[in-house]
Amino acid sequence: MIEISLKKEQLIEMFRNMLRIRRFEEKVSELCLAGKIPGSSPHLYIGEEAVAVGICANLRKDDYVTSGHRAHGHCIAKGVRMDKLMAELLGKRDGCNGGRGGTMHIVDLSVGFLGANGIVGAGIPIAVGAGLSARLRGTDQVAVCFFGDGAANQGTFHEGINMAAVWKLPVIFVCENNLYSTWTPVRSVTSVEDIAERAKGYGIPGIIVDGMDVIKVYEAGRTAIQRAREGKGPTLIECKTYRFTGHYVGDPGMEYRPREEIEAWMKRDPIKKLQTVLLESKQVSMDELKKIEEQVAEEVEKAVEYALNSPFPSPEEAIENVFCEIR
Amino acid sequence: MRELSYREAIREAMFEEMRRDKRVIAIGQGFMGSRGGPHFVFKGLQDEFGAERVRDAPISESAIIGCALGAALTGMKPLAEIMFMDWITLAMDQIVNHVAKMRYVSGGQAEVSMVIRAPLGAAASAGPHHSQCFEAWFIHVPGLKVAVPSTPYDAKGLLKAAIRDKNPVLYLDHKALMGIKGPVPEEEYIVPLGQADVKRKGEDVTIVAYSRMVHLALAAAEKLESQGISVEVVDPRTLVPFDKQTLINSVKKTGRVVIVHEACRTGGVAGEIMAILMEEAFDYLDAPPVRVTGLDTPIPFSPPLEKYVLPDENKIVDAVKKILGKL
Repeated sequence: MIEISLKKEQLIEMFRNMLRIRRFEEKVSELCLAGKIPGSSPHLYIGEEAVAVGICANLRKDDYVTSGHRAHGHCIAKGVRMDKLMAELLGKRDGCNGGRGGTMHIVDLSVGFLGANGIVGAGIPIAVGAGLSARLRGTDQVAVCFFGDGAANQGTFHEGINMAAVWKLPVIFVCENNLYSTWTPVRSVTSVEDIAERAKGYGIPGIIVDGMDVIKVYEAGRTAIQRAREGKGPTLIECKTYRFTGHYVGDPGMEYRPREEIEAWMKRDPIKKLQTVLLESKQVSMDELKKIEEQVAEEVEKAVEYALNSPFPSPEEAIENVFCEIR
Repeated sequence: MRELSYREAIREAMFEEMRRDKRVIAIGQGFMGSRGGPHFVFKGLQDEFGAERVRDAPISESAIIGCALGAALTGMKPLAEIMFMDWITLAMDQIVNHVAKMRYVSGGQAEVSMVIRAPLGAAASAGPHHSQCFEAWFIHVPGLKVAVPSTPYDAKGLLKAAIRDKNPVLYLDHKALMGIKGPVPEEEYIVPLGQADVKRKGEDVTIVAYSRMVHLALAAAEKLESQGISVEVVDPRTLVPFDKQTLINSVKKTGRVVIVHEACRTGGVAGEIMAILMEEAFDYLDAPPVRVTGLDTPIPFSPPLEKYVLPDENKIVDAVKKILGKL
């Protein structure tokens, strides 16, 4: 029996958000395979939901998040509307970026989502700047940047963490180590077993957490975020996690990952795990969970409908907003 | 009117804008103490505004630019400095893929009001990694404005305009111009981005030149005057936006154009200006335009070698005579 520091409502909210991401991504996969999503296949977040949800459960609307190419989960957890997100994936006018970005470029400044990113590791220094800005404006906002194990081998990782550490900025670096940088096993390209070890080199705390356990992720995030709000500087959190699907929709993810490994991680499904906790602690009944599932399914269905019904932008809109016109 | 050096003019612009607007901050290397960076341009800036707003940064070009972008996205107006333009290569991803695109990709949500100051140009045997002019790379990236001041007056007015602009502006002052003096009014003024300046009026040939080349062009014009040739010198002052009209008006009068830049020839700005002339002023031309540029080599160290590859007054004089059929 796990000891639970969270209120029932918070746990249910986390359950709901993880489920939102899971169902959303399943729909994305479906739409992609049906040819409804233009361009390259999106990178799905299925299996990693506990990371985005556990961390973002500690954030306020005015806090900031940057992300990478596997970003839908971070968007939803930070409060980006699913219908706007889905419309963006479909290249529609009502998408959060008006169809300019697509899956790897989601931006929604209204909820502090400063950007998904098509360049591995590029969001790291941008989050550092958001943290600097919060400090200079005298607020207690924080900036979280999510990135994968691959990004930990980019120069921006070193430059960004060092800068945030030396300036003691309110930034939380969250590494989602899903064991593969695209098709490359992390151990064959990374000098350390645990990426969190690298925190020592920057003189900041490095925390390793089970990324399949949303409560543990929440608690690690709470400590780091509190520390950042109090002006004590950044933390590197490494969440050990796994993507249940391939690198992108259409990549079976089988040729480079052992079957036993996949099966072992699938047994640790973060949503099922929280469901078990909720049921065993008798905080929620099966009926209540069923109801949440129905609500989420309906919400996702509506998002899809919204996206499909939204028009494409008119072609000449392509030349707008290269520059901000001075009015 | 009082005279200031180019360096003092840049400094005065920065002091005035930092006093005027608390959101303006500076991030760069060597900003600690009163020296104000390698070229003494921001001398005393940290003394007046403190180490929080005038930030002495690690040697992490990518993080400096990314950090400035994150700060700009969240309400600040940073000036990020790359000590020598040669090293802007280290920050290319942040500039090209993030700073330049954020407004567009976000569908117009983001306002990226920031300046990247990167002194360019050869300055007496600074060698291959401290002498280069990369402005052409950046006019090829939609979303960036590019300012290339030649005089103290323009240096001050353009920097103030760049800081107030709601778009990212590359402000490329020239290292070898730091000590030159020129009139700068006491009262406040701005040089709008996108307005060329006719630095000398003439009838026979138009020389288009910017940055340090303006001074060589003016010296050449002086020499040619004594030989009965009247030269007009047009300084675009900004390459994006580019003031086509002032150039075309000059060409209508002279029918002959010599384009001068310090950067190497192939793929340089002069080629783009020639294309503008071909497309929009062909009927006014009496002779094919001529380029005077750096040679297609790295910038060598040894003085006679360096002199050989860079444009000079005599090369400009010869080009003007050639276009008039007098050589």
